[in-house]
Amino acid sequence: MSLDILQMVLVTIVAAATPLMIAALGEVVVERAGVLNLGVEGMMVLGAATGFAVAVETGSTLVGAAAGAGAGLALSALFGLLTVVLSANQVASGLAMTILGLGLSGLVGASYVGLKRAPAPHLDLPGLTDLPGIGRLVFGQDGFVYFAFALAAGGWWFLWRTRTGLILRAIGDDHTATHALGLQVRTVRFRAVLFGGACAGLAGAYLSLSYTPFWAPAMTAGRGWIALALVVFASWRPLRVLAGALLFGGATVLQLNAQAAGIGLPGQLLSALPYLATILALVLLSLGRRQGGSLAPASLGRVFTPHR
Amino acid sequence: MTPVVPPARTEGPTPLFGAYGIVKRFGDVTANDGIDLEIRAGEIHALLGENGAGKSTLMKILYGLLEPTEGVVTHRGDIVRLANPEAARALGIGMVFQHFSLCENLTVAENIALVMPRALRGRTLKARIAAVGGTYGLHLDPDRPVWSLSAGERQRIEIIRCLLQDPHLVILDEPTSVLTPGEADLLFGVLERLRDEGRALLYISHRLDEVRRLCARATILRGGRVVGTCDPRAETARSLAAMMVGAQVGEVKPPTGQAAGPARLVLSGLTLPAPGLHGTALDRVSLSVRGGEIVGIAGIAGNGQAELFDALSGETLASEPEMVRFDGVMSGRLGITARRRGGAGFVPEDRNGHGAAPTLSLSDNAILSRHATAGLSRFGFLRRAVAKSLARAVIDAFDVRGAGSDPTAGTLSGGNLQKYLMGREILAEPGILVVNQPTWGVDALAAAHIRQALLDLAERGTAVLVMSQDLDELFAIAGRIAVLHDGTLSPAVPAAGTTRETLGLLMGGSEPARIPPPASVLADTPWGPTHAH
Repeated sequence: MSLDILQMVLVTIVAAATPLMIAALGEVVVERAGVLNLGVEGMMVLGAATGFAVAVETGSTLVGAAAGAGAGLALSALFGLLTVVLSANQVASGLAMTILGLGLSGLVGASYVGLKRAPAPHLDLPGLTDLPGIGRLVFGQDGFVYFAFALAAGGWWFLWRTRTGLILRAIGDDHTATHALGLQVRTVRFRAVLFGGACAGLAGAYLSLSYTPFWAPAMTAGRGWIALALVVFASWRPLRVLAGALLFGGATVLQLNAQAAGIGLPGQLLSALPYLATILALVLLSLGRRQGGSLAPASLGRVFTPHR
Repeated sequence: MTPVVPPARTEGPTPLFGAYGIVKRFGDVTANDGIDLEIRAGEIHALLGENGAGKSTLMKILYGLLEPTEGVVTHRGDIVRLANPEAARALGIGMVFQHFSLCENLTVAENIALVMPRALRGRTLKARIAAVGGTYGLHLDPDRPVWSLSAGERQRIEIIRCLLQDPHLVILDEPTSVLTPGEADLLFGVLERLRDEGRALLYISHRLDEVRRLCARATILRGGRVVGTCDPRAETARSLAAMMVGAQVGEVKPPTGQAAGPARLVLSGLTLPAPGLHGTALDRVSLSVRGGEIVGIAGIAGNGQAELFDALSGETLASEPEMVRFDGVMSGRLGITARRRGGAGFVPEDRNGHGAAPTLSLSDNAILSRHATAGLSRFGFLRRAVAKSLARAVIDAFDVRGAGSDPTAGTLSGGNLQKYLMGREILAEPGILVVNQPTWGVDALAAAHIRQALLDLAERGTAVLVMSQDLDELFAIAGRIAVLHDGTLSPAVPAAGTTRETLGLLMGGSEPARIPPPASVLADTPWGPTHAH
């Protein structure tokens, strides 16, 4: 019996962690290529609104999720145009994208506020999903969750095992040197930005299609910023992002339960707990690191202008 | 515009690579103005010229990084278009960059894999790196990250990366500028071997002795044009320099006598932790410089020069006041302005950003370092007229060109800005002057001017400390030389009593540098022949 309670808690944790994972893994790729995208929050919230609206109109969660990713991709294309092609300041452009995304999402979602639809379907394998203790955790999630874990594994494989991933990391480390070698700095960066935008949009769509299956303005509630922080504290490594997101999800669930149980601490303090716990854990993780070299991609946030 | 056809050749077989009528303009600036160059298989061809003569531009065109405004490049007589470095590599052109094109946080193998064909990956690549390394004596651990490697090792990566593509032409841009003499000798051996294998090498340098030793043909550029070709072995370093600058280069007068003044700059056991990830810790650095002498500090960049300079100028404070003494004053805990008020002057290595603010005018830059010592402010307000006349005085005294109407510092060429910065400090008649890399990236005429100014200053009783990577420079001006390696300073020995080989060994970190500095700070004793290998 208590095994089932534990499973229920774990399922909630994974659900809270999934949007952070998807958005942060996308941002890892962007930042590994040397671009700092502070527009994640905006792309996420636009993805949530668009995803919900399209899902309601078409009746298909899959189409809605694709539309959410597409909306994030479209906004990131604008960001890429500004920062990669036109060499605009990345911080200012990213903040502008967040504000623009919040505004646009209000417009897109205006007539969908208050609507409800069934959450994304969960996997249901006869025999497996009903397994006591682990069935629902392992075999009963929705597609977003499996995708998030696949993304972490795929992101790790791409960055550390493929040639394209190597080129991407090299460009993030030193765009002048890689340009001198004839690598396509701008093309690679632009594609990375698009990938990150699509991931952020998909993370938003998860919120409005699965986590809380309705649309409310600004429903991302700062998760885009948490994802950005996760990337830094996870020292730009996909598997650490996975761990950090789960930890954050765990602390969130824990503090909700603590509030419900009424342990006497102010609710605001408990609400801050997940953030503090995540920061603490990831700082400790990055402390015991090598002495030389830099943790961050060395060209992160620096504008590249080739002269020809 | 004249139609571009490869001109009829008068001598020899078809060259391996040719560049004809190359013109490259950047806006109003013409960097290459009708350059012809022919490179044959099995030769080391030198490309000589001052800074700004157009060497780098021509080299980038040959490697596909820049496209010429006019002119053609040929390969075995056929016109080819080098649209990007990939196209150049496909034709068998490889390049060893001066400022290495390596990513610090990637490993050796990863850096090499970046430009290798897809098939060459993982274990195969590491085996090939080891094989090429074995053949040419260039040993590297493929799994080390680049940030942990010395300049010489980094260059090996570039060379191996080049050789793995079996190039017909290897372009080397100032390859010895960051190497110890020993490492340079190793490089020359590799280059001669590549030549004997029938490859062509384009060797860009302004170190004339090297060119005379290695190259059978030289093309000399000046102001974007070819001003001559010659056999450098039949020329002297002086005659080559004269061709490069279009004028006779005066040699500096060697130091006249022994300095007899009191010790004006004294470091005792200066120890500082490393200032960050890539920094070097200083370990018990002790040295004394008398008035009237120039002491040189040799060493390869990144061995603590920047940290030592910052500790001397006051940008980094020492832990104890007595670690740095200027004219007997305990200065270790004094700030920059206090040290300047006490009669010290400083010229850092990096002209743009450290020595000068590139976007400020020359007179504003005069204020930056002289505000406390030249009466440039009254009641807290700037006296711009005084600053302008000070800038004018520096420009006149040091022959700074292109500084007519008080332009921003960034518009001056490297040599002229360096002359301005040296003049800014020297006109203050400092009692102590500390200079880091006084002629780095400066053309021969300006370098001679700067060296002479340092000698004249010492003659007037100033204690001058010069950090330089250029041993020729130190032998030309310094009375005593010490070597900085990995934050440790060897005892200063008389320049006349040591050799390039000895210093080269110390620069590479051979044993004598590890001997802790003696308790006495006045350690001028040479340490004898025990280390001579």
